[in-house]
Amino acid sequence: MSLSELLAELTPVPGVRGALVVSREDGLVVADALMDDVDGKAVAALAASLAERMAGVTRALGQPEPLVWQLEGSDGILLAAPVPGGLLVVAVANPEVNVGELRLRVLHAAERAA
Amino acid sequence: MRSLEPWVEAPLTAFLTESGARLTLLMTGAGQVVAQHGFTRSLDVMSAAALGAGIMAATGELARVMTTVPFESVTHQGTALSLFLAGFDTPRGRWLALVVYGGETSLGLVQLFFGRMVEDLGRAAPAELPVQRVLAEDFEAQLNSSLRSLFGR
Repeated sequence: MSLSELLAELTPVPGVRGALVVSREDGLVVADALMDDVDGKAVAALAASLAERMAGVTRALGQPEPLVWQLEGSDGILLAAPVPGGLLVVAVANPEVNVGELRLRVLHAAERAA
Repeated sequence: MRSLEPWVEAPLTAFLTESGARLTLLMTGAGQVVAQHGFTRSLDVMSAAALGAGIMAATGELARVMTTVPFESVTHQGTALSLFLAGFDTPRGRWLALVVYGGETSLGLVQLFFGRMVEDLGRAAPAELPVQRVLAEDFEAQLNSSLRSLFGR
């Protein structure tokens, strides 16, 4: 399965504004499926930075790396799931999205990307 | 951070804060330094500026040979430190930026906030500034004056 096909499983969820596969170390976009108003480069850079910092926190606590990070803001939600090998599956959505369904799809996409 | 042009300071400071870059050098296309952060010796700045301008000139020539448009940026990825070198347009002409960053940040963040700095510089540039001609007899005095400004001595 290609990365584009992988992302195509996330974008049909109502409320999703885009999905990306991001290089975790560089914070660069590897593949994306985004609405026009979503700045993919910014999402990639900031999501990778967030993931690295949160991973640092869990390492400092002696805990294994989380399966998914969920960041909620007043205008939207960002979900990010690490993929072994240095990638990150990221989804950006409106606040009214079905978070449970999107979370499952992001986790599934991360498993399949591995 | 030291700058020859006061209006450069705010955009550069924001870039340094947001990107986490360790060293940054802004210079004209000819290699004349406009602002610097992180360098402690004038010799290092002059060498880095000359080498950075040389790399951009070389990649520009490579692009010409490949019959493509000039490359906008060059990245050298290292194990401990990496280098981001880019050309960009300002109201004062074409400038170059040399950014050195470590593992505490990423290329994506550096690129992201570099783009914002370029936009900020475009907005911050004074509408009209007198163009100073550099005459041969003034060159050394102006160079020394610039280095004093960039290193505070």
